[in-house]
Amino acid sequence: MTFDENTLRSVIEEVLKEMGAGQSTPAAAPAASTIPAAGKLTVTEDGEARKGSAADEVVIGLAPAFGTKQTKTIVDLPHDKVLREIIAGIEEEGLKWRVIKVYRTSDVSFIAHDAAEYSGSGIGIGIQSKGTTVIHQKDLPPLSNLELFSQAPLIDLDTYRKIGKNAAKYAKGEAPTPVPTKNDQMARPTYQALSALLHIKETELVDNNKKPQAVSVSFQ
Amino acid sequence: MKSKRFEVLAARPVNQDGYVQEWPEVGLIAMNSPFDPKPSIKIENGVITELDGKTRAEFDMLDTFIADHAIRLENAEKAMAMDSLEIARMIVDINVSRKEVLDITLSLTPAKLTEVVGKLTIVEIMMGMTKMRARMMPANQCHVTNVRDNPVQIAADAAEAAVRGFAEMETTVAVARYAPFNAMALFVGAQTGRPGIMTQCALEEATELMLGMRGFTTYAETISVYGTEPVFMDGDDTPYSKAFLASCYASRGLKMRFTSGTGSEVQMGYAEGKSMLYLEARCLAVTKGAGVQGTQNGSVSCIGVPAGVPGGIRAVAAENLIAMLLDLESTTSNDQTFTHSDLRRVARTVPQLFSGTDYICSGYSATPNYDNMFAGSNWDAEDYDDWTIIQRDMKIDGGLQPVREEDVLKARNKAARALQGMFRELGLPEITDAEVEAATYANGSNDMPQRNVNEDLKAIEDMMARKVTGVDFVKALDRAGFPDVAHNVYNMLRQKVAGDYLHTASIFDKDFHVLSAVNVPNEYHGPMTGYQISEERWNELKNIPNAIRPEDI
Repeated sequence: MTFDENTLRSVIEEVLKEMGAGQSTPAAAPAASTIPAAGKLTVTEDGEARKGSAADEVVIGLAPAFGTKQTKTIVDLPHDKVLREIIAGIEEEGLKWRVIKVYRTSDVSFIAHDAAEYSGSGIGIGIQSKGTTVIHQKDLPPLSNLELFSQAPLIDLDTYRKIGKNAAKYAKGEAPTPVPTKNDQMARPTYQALSALLHIKETELVDNNKKPQAVSVSFQ
Repeated sequence: MKSKRFEVLAARPVNQDGYVQEWPEVGLIAMNSPFDPKPSIKIENGVITELDGKTRAEFDMLDTFIADHAIRLENAEKAMAMDSLEIARMIVDINVSRKEVLDITLSLTPAKLTEVVGKLTIVEIMMGMTKMRARMMPANQCHVTNVRDNPVQIAADAAEAAVRGFAEMETTVAVARYAPFNAMALFVGAQTGRPGIMTQCALEEATELMLGMRGFTTYAETISVYGTEPVFMDGDDTPYSKAFLASCYASRGLKMRFTSGTGSEVQMGYAEGKSMLYLEARCLAVTKGAGVQGTQNGSVSCIGVPAGVPGGIRAVAAENLIAMLLDLESTTSNDQTFTHSDLRRVARTVPQLFSGTDYICSGYSATPNYDNMFAGSNWDAEDYDDWTIIQRDMKIDGGLQPVREEDVLKARNKAARALQGMFRELGLPEITDAEVEAATYANGSNDMPQRNVNEDLKAIEDMMARKVTGVDFVKALDRAGFPDVAHNVYNMLRQKVAGDYLHTASIFDKDFHVLSAVNVPNEYHGPMTGYQISEERWNELKNIPNAIRPEDI
C-alpha cells in the first residue's frame, strides 16, 4: 500500500468518532463560525458573499470542508499552503482575490462556476478539499471549464501557483498557455477508493439551501 | 526480524493498489447490501403503484421515471412472482432462448434484476454474456488521445487503430477548447485507416451534441446517468433531461448510448446506503426507459471504487450482464486503469473478452498510457501483441488482428498527410512535413514536435465562428488530393440521413453496411451456435508475424 495509511486511519477514526458522536462533539463551538484549522490557516465566514463588480478580481471558491473539517489534500498538501500558492499566483499578476465558500454542492465544476459568477472579472477557481481544481468562466456551461486539474494526486504546490497565475491572466483578458496537464494512469489504482472516502466526508457538509459565504482567511 | 518473503510480497504491484473495507451504510459495498430494497411491484389500472418496496407517494424522480417508462407491464406481475433463482438458471440454460429470457427480464424491477444476477458465479455470468449480448459478433472500441492534444498524432494513431481492427473510436481533450481539432483529426484518421469506423469526442454534453450536429463526430457515448437523485441533481440533470438529450441525437440521425457504472454514486458521496450494483441497475432501467439503444457500463471511470472492495470485479461483470438482460447494446468498459498488477488487469477483462460483448473495451488505449487522457486505460498500445496473442491462444475474437509494420506506417503517414492537406485547405495553422514524419513513426507525444497551442486555440475559435461543418472537411480533403478519404468522410455523414445505424449495437463494415442486433442478432443456444470464427477470420487472428513457419526451417 502506498497511499498514506495515516490519512486513511484518520478518516476512519473520524468516521467512527462521528458514528458514536453526540457527547464527544465539542459543545463550545464558537457562535461566529471561526474554525481554526490545523496548520496555520484560519477560515472565517462573514455571512453571505456578494457578487463582485471589480473587473480586476479573481474569486476562489472553496468546497464545504476545505480548511475546516479537512485540512490537507489527498497527497497531504496542507490547505494553507495550497491556498497561499493560488493567491500568490493571482497577486503576481497584479490582481485582487476574494475567497468564498460554496455549500450547495461538492462538485468542483459547480463550485468553480459559482466562484466565476461571484467574480467581478467573471473568472473563478474552484477547489475541493482533496485538491481537485478548476478554472472557470461565468459564461461557460457549468460542466465545461477553462482549465481542469482532475487528478488531484498529481497537483503540486508549483501547479497551484500556476493555476492562480493563469486565472488572473484570463481575468485580464489574456490568453495564457494552459498549465501543462499531468497524467498518471496509476493515480486511480492508488487513490480512487480513498478519494471516494474523502469526497463522502466533504459531501456530508453540503447544504442545498445555503448561499455562498464570504470568507476571510488568515495565515499565521 | 521481518520475513524476507513478506518483504518481497509487499513490493509487488498488487500491493500498490488501494483497498478498503466495506462500509454498507454509505454504499461502499459492491452488491448484496443489507440496505438494498426487496423486489416488489404492484400495478393498478395499468400504472405501477409500488416499486421495490416504495409506494408511488414515496417515489423519487428515478422511481417515477422507471415505473412509467422502463418496465414492460404485460408480464410484470408474473415475472416478478418468479423465483430469482429460477430466472438465474434460465439465463445459463442453453435450452432457454435469449428471447424467452428477455420476455421475463424486460419486466423486472431494478431490485429483482440485482437479486437475479446475485445468484450467478462469475463463470455463469460469462455464460449469460455469451448468450445475452445483442449483436452476433463481438467488436472493440479504442481511445485516441494525447497529453498535448496534438491533432497530427491523433490522426496517425486513429489510422493505425483502424488497421488493427477497432470498430469505434473515442477521443477527449487535455484542454477543452482543443475539442474540434481532436474530433476532426480522429474522424479523418479513422476513415483513412478503414472506411466505416464511428468516431466520437467525449466532452461537456452541450458541446458534444453541437460537434455531432456539425458533423465533427458520428456518435456519442458520454451521456451519464446516475442511480440516485442527488447525484443527478449535482450535474443539473434529471432522467427526463437526459431522455430529451437522447432524442436530440436521434433527431439528427446520430447514434448514441448512455454511460453509467458501479461506484459513481458512492464516489460522488450520494449512494443513499445502497449497493453499487443495485444503483447501477437503476441507471440501466433509466437508460431503457429513455428509449436509448445501449449503454457503456462496467464502472468505467469509477473502477477504482468497486475494485477496492470485496467482490467488486464480479459486480462489474454482473452490471454488464444486467445491461444485456435489458436488451441494450453492451459496451463493457475494460477501459480505465484500476491496478498496478498485470495479473489483476487481465483477470478483470477475462469475462468480457472470453464471452464476447458488443464492444469489449470502451476503450482500449490506442496510445501508450501516458498519453491516455481518460487517465489511463486497462489496455494500451504497448499491449497490442499481448491482446492478439491471447486471442490466438484461446481462439477468441476480441476484435483486433495482428498487423504488419509496413501497413501501419503507410496508414499513419497517409492520415497525417490527409490532415495536413485538410488543415491547409481550411486555412488552419500549418502542419509541417516534420510533424507528418514524426507522427508516422511516433509511439507517443514524447516523439512529437510541439505545436503552438495559442495559435491552434485561436484558429479553432475562428473556425467555429465561421460555421465550418463536416461537409467542409469533405470538400477540403477532396481539394487536398485525398478523394478516397473525402469519400469515406462523406459516406459517414450520409449515414445520419439513412439512420440505419441507430439500431441496437450497430457497427459498419468497410463497405458501410450496418451490422446490428436487427440484421445479425446473437442467436447463441449452445455449442456450435451463435458467432463462429470463420476460417478466413481465424487466419487473420492466428497469423502473428513473429511465429516461426515450419517450411522456413
